Amino acid sequence: MADQKKSSLLLKPNRKVGIVGYGAYVPMYRLPAAEIARVWGRSPKSVPIKEKAVPGPDEDTVTIGIEAARNALARAGIDPMALRAVWTGSESHPYAVKPSSTIIAEAVGAPAHIQAADMEFACKAGTEAMVMAIALVGSGMGDYALALGVDTAQAKPGDALEYTAAAGGAAFVIGPAEEAVAEIISTYSFVSDTPDFWRRAYQHYPEHGQRFTGQPAYFRHIGQAAKTMMAESGTQPADYAHVVLHQPNLKFPKKMAKSLGFTHEQLETGLLSGVIGNTYAGASPVGLTAILDIAKPGERILMVSYGSGAGSDAIDLVVTDRIVKRRETAPSTQDYITRRIEIDYALYARYRNILRMD
Amino acid sequence: MEIPRHWRIQKQRYSLVGEECPHCSAKIFPPRDVCPECGGEAKEPYRFSGRGSVYSYTVMNNAPAGFEESLPYTIALVQLEEGPTVTAQLTDLGEQPVEIGMPVEMVTRRIKQDGGRQGMLIYGYKFRPVMG
Amino acid sequence: MNKVYIAGIGQTVVGEHWDRSLANLSAQALLAALHEAGDPAVDALYAGNLLASSASKQSNIGALIASNAGLTGVETFTAEAGEASGAAALRMGYLAVRSGYARTALVVGVEKVTDMVGGGIDNVIAHSTDYDFEAMSGITSTTLAGLLMARYIAQYHVPADGLGALPVMAHANAVHNPNAIFRRAISMDAYRKAGMVSAPLNMFDAAPYADGAAAVLLTCDPAIARAGGKALVEIRASAGAVDTLALHDRPEPLMFSAVTASTQKALALAGMVLQDMQIYEVWDAFSIYAVLSIEANGLAARGDGWRWVADNKDMALVTMGGNKARGLPLGAAGLYQAVEAAMQLRGEAGENQVEGAEHAIIQAMGGPAANVITHILSRSASTY
Repeated sequence: MADQKKSSLLLKPNRKVGIVGYGAYVPMYRLPAAEIARVWGRSPKSVPIKEKAVPGPDEDTVTIGIEAARNALARAGIDPMALRAVWTGSESHPYAVKPSSTIIAEAVGAPAHIQAADMEFACKAGTEAMVMAIALVGSGMGDYALALGVDTAQAKPGDALEYTAAAGGAAFVIGPAEEAVAEIISTYSFVSDTPDFWRRAYQHYPEHGQRFTGQPAYFRHIGQAAKTMMAESGTQPADYAHVVLHQPNLKFPKKMAKSLGFTHEQLETGLLSGVIGNTYAGASPVGLTAILDIAKPGERILMVSYGSGAGSDAIDLVVTDRIVKRRETAPSTQDYITRRIEIDYALYARYRNILRMD
Repeated sequence: MEIPRHWRIQKQRYSLVGEECPHCSAKIFPPRDVCPECGGEAKEPYRFSGRGSVYSYTVMNNAPAGFEESLPYTIALVQLEEGPTVTAQLTDLGEQPVEIGMPVEMVTRRIKQDGGRQGMLIYGYKFRPVMG
Repeated sequence: MNKVYIAGIGQTVVGEHWDRSLANLSAQALLAALHEAGDPAVDALYAGNLLASSASKQSNIGALIASNAGLTGVETFTAEAGEASGAAALRMGYLAVRSGYARTALVVGVEKVTDMVGGGIDNVIAHSTDYDFEAMSGITSTTLAGLLMARYIAQYHVPADGLGALPVMAHANAVHNPNAIFRRAISMDAYRKAGMVSAPLNMFDAAPYADGAAAVLLTCDPAIARAGGKALVEIRASAGAVDTLALHDRPEPLMFSAVTASTQKALALAGMVLQDMQIYEVWDAFSIYAVLSIEANGLAARGDGWRWVADNKDMALVTMGGNKARGLPLGAAGLYQAVEAAMQLRGEAGENQVEGAEHAIIQAMGGPAANVITHILSRSASTY
């Protein structure tokens, strides 16, 4: 990599850091989009994805986070007592007040000497946590930080988002680059006050701006983040073996990737929304884990998330030799994806507490 | 609200943290004041692997109050590979039939709410068929 | 040490007594026992009860019972040993009279299951399991029996209807017990078709929880014992034993070692053997518990207890319907066992009379034999 004058736009820590361990979790239940169309009387031909992952009645953001974190720690091979931060990004934390992060920290064996908090920034809350973890380790404040992006997304019944609002999550142990399976080169964030999708306090379901969620929201922010990242880094799309984008459906990331100059081959490994839906704060993070499961040492990866409200985090990584052995120590993301039980809308309604019980 | 009694055994419930007896090396779950094997005091924390097998199981179609959301569920006596046996729900069974002797692994799941939608969430161990 | 006579007995019908309280039920039973014995002065009152402090928000049951029945001058407390609370109270009465501390002791078992309606009652009954590590996984007492039955059937290749003989026998006996909750016979066919409660345990494998009260008046004074003009019955021995609370802590869950220990201690104290008994009031809260008790008492080899129930001709089991058909008023059940055994030994059991009944062994247990309390009763004329 050529010597760069330190860019004022790229977020680059003083100390080189990387992903020391990574892990994902996706629940086993699948609700086909055609089944949703059937219930609401729409055409099964115009559904945006094949099926989405639905959490079981005993699962939530915390339980998903715990398993993803355990997988990440297994791959990292560190003592959880060495963690100095646990940060969880989600828009479906089980408590509005009381962090998921402290429960996850307790369950994975983190010590009391940690920073812990929950993040919210719609679908980019997970990458938000990753950037914070990079900052903590990169500043020398601590050696290891655990960042999670997890969701059990809830959509209004009958709404277009119901096809894709899904459950899943990923966790990353960020640590020194000398121990990393993927070194983080830099990050870049592009944020604005754009009201494309929101949920007011005490409301059950989110609202969205229909077509306004496209060009002024998703495409603008991912586009700007990706272009600025590459311009500041002196890179082109061809320099990356893989690209993973936020994936609310299949159409948006494919269109975005194409317009940025990426090929389908670069996009396909990290594009999972067709078979697990949009896992919101877990979306691009889980996509990244699927890439890390097969990436070769030396390959470069560009990840760009998108969170409504709105903003994008771009993360530029390069895979190291250490990944070959370490990735075998936990289940792969495909292991979770292929673990599949199809359910119908009635069971989905019960599991997601859509039925009015009182 | 039963906060203190659930809080004080969080590590045990979330992560199957038991004890190892410093006198006879027996692995003990759940922790107790006196080792059931040798009668000595047993206080060293020990984290179980979570791997075990089904000793017996039964399917419940009627749940006690507070457990209805998981119906129908299977309860099993799971013999952990380190020795002790625990009582737990099986989860993520899908279409898979349960069999005595089946290998299972521990996962941390939501067990119940401590009294309704306003109450504390209680997480704890369940077991699922070994993945992969 | 004194002989302990049963001078009076009393019991209510076992059922859903919506209109009657703990106090009402206990009074009916204890007054019947007192009147039978000519209303002697009572020195001590021991109460057996399991659920009242949770289901009825009432503790200090002994004081409640004494106040309501006008029993002044007694000392009292409640004995609790899970579902064996009644037997624990009986043991207290036995010890008080045997030791000479009390001349008369009134022992009352009472349970009001119906003071609580809805699903919560199963949770309360599950308090006799390990709350943190059994109940908190969503089990009930029935679940533990289901787990044992599943393992037993698999381990010993028992046919699916193998445990049906006992419920069928219990229901047949309850037809002639006016105090039983269920007074209709059931067939093996009905057993085979019964709905599952905690598979493989079906509806007929589990005794029904219900309200009831039963009482005995114990005395060391033969004059009081004879006052009612009944044949003399005495408690020959009493013994308890404990096993791990949680079923998962047993090295061998299908071995009810507390049953073995409790029975052996009681027999040793009485100077008798099990074969001396004409009546064995086995604890049939679940048919599997009865089968495992039979094996633990050495009456059948392990895995054969289910066959012994059908084949045995030597001992009468569940003579008035047992927990299964007479009903299971939890903390009172141990006293129902004592009352029924006394009726048998007095020759007052009517259609259910066991011919030549001289000795009876009655056994109650809390949980899956976590706490087992055994009594041996004899007709006094045959005491040697």
